[in-house]
Amino acid sequence: MLTAADTDIEVRSLDTMGINESRLTHKWYHNIKYLLVGIAFGIVFVKAEIISWYRIQEMFRLQSFHMYGVIGSAIVIGAISVWIIKKFKIKSIDGEQIEFKKHPFNKGQIYGGLLFGLGWAITGACPGPLYAQIGTGATVVVVTLISAIAGTWVYGYFREKLPH
Amino acid sequence: MLEWIKQPWPWYVAGPLIGLTVPILLIIGNKSFGISSSMRHICAACLPANIPFFTYDWKKEMWNLFFVAGILLGGFIAIQLLANPATIQINPKLTKELAGYGITDYTGLLPSQLFNWPALLTVKGFLMIVVGGFLVGFGTRYAGGCTSGHSIMGISTLQWPSLVATCCFMAGGFIMANIILPFILSL
Repeated sequence: MLTAADTDIEVRSLDTMGINESRLTHKWYHNIKYLLVGIAFGIVFVKAEIISWYRIQEMFRLQSFHMYGVIGSAIVIGAISVWIIKKFKIKSIDGEQIEFKKHPFNKGQIYGGLLFGLGWAITGACPGPLYAQIGTGATVVVVTLISAIAGTWVYGYFREKLPH
Repeated sequence: MLEWIKQPWPWYVAGPLIGLTVPILLIIGNKSFGISSSMRHICAACLPANIPFFTYDWKKEMWNLFFVAGILLGGFIAIQLLANPATIQINPKLTKELAGYGITDYTGLLPSQLFNWPALLTVKGFLMIVVGGFLVGFGTRYAGGCTSGHSIMGISTLQWPSLVATCCFMAGGFIMANIILPFILSL
């Protein structure tokens, strides 16, 4: 019989996120710093028109370099930063060692990836831009977000039956 | 200065800023950059229904919910204070194609003629808003991440499964935009 904690680890091992998390616990107001990073991030999303349905259509029709430039340069800067963090063993501000764990391959990355790609080209938004679009006043995107949350839930419900 | 900020930002400004989110989140709290997980935490918080995938301590992941709330607020701030007064510049080929489907209003960042409340009651609107959203949520979780978690965080940490996932995101997008979407838009 698996304990709740065991399931938790098993569940997380298939997920890209939640593995490299801090083991420290903080009061809720420590989360304000993530709110501030999110605000800066949301402003970049809008100002660079990354949340624009048109930019996504241009990307998938090879009609503009913009989105390739954004994602490509983000990966380059991200990779250089990660390399520096590893090389100099940089710690977090709480003094925790930053470690990166390998994520195993599973077929979900193919099937799920294709399904997400289909949705991305229809809605013109990956999950981040959904939040930003709502912020810009496109209120009907609340329905898109709720539907995406429902999709997440349905995946969780059928997870054991799906090929991975 | 403000006039300059109000212009659309080029990719070589926006991309590096987004890339910097990776080390910022790692350094301020040892957090891995990822956005689609927020929807899983919302499920875990609101309707776990004894599903193992949603029965975990979501409060530990609260930071992620603050992060996405920030993205929403950032969108609000950008449009209220820093909005570009000009209409969006789009490739003429796309404008021409969309005109064929009756899409001519380019005032917003997404076409208000497709994404509006009354559209929900039409087949086209339902497919684009509800079915599209469902695919985004189901697909990202099945894949274990989205553009941020896989394409940016995953590839930055040199994980080949994330590269596979990203190729599939793009393949799905190309199929939809070029083969299926023209049919949906003509409904």
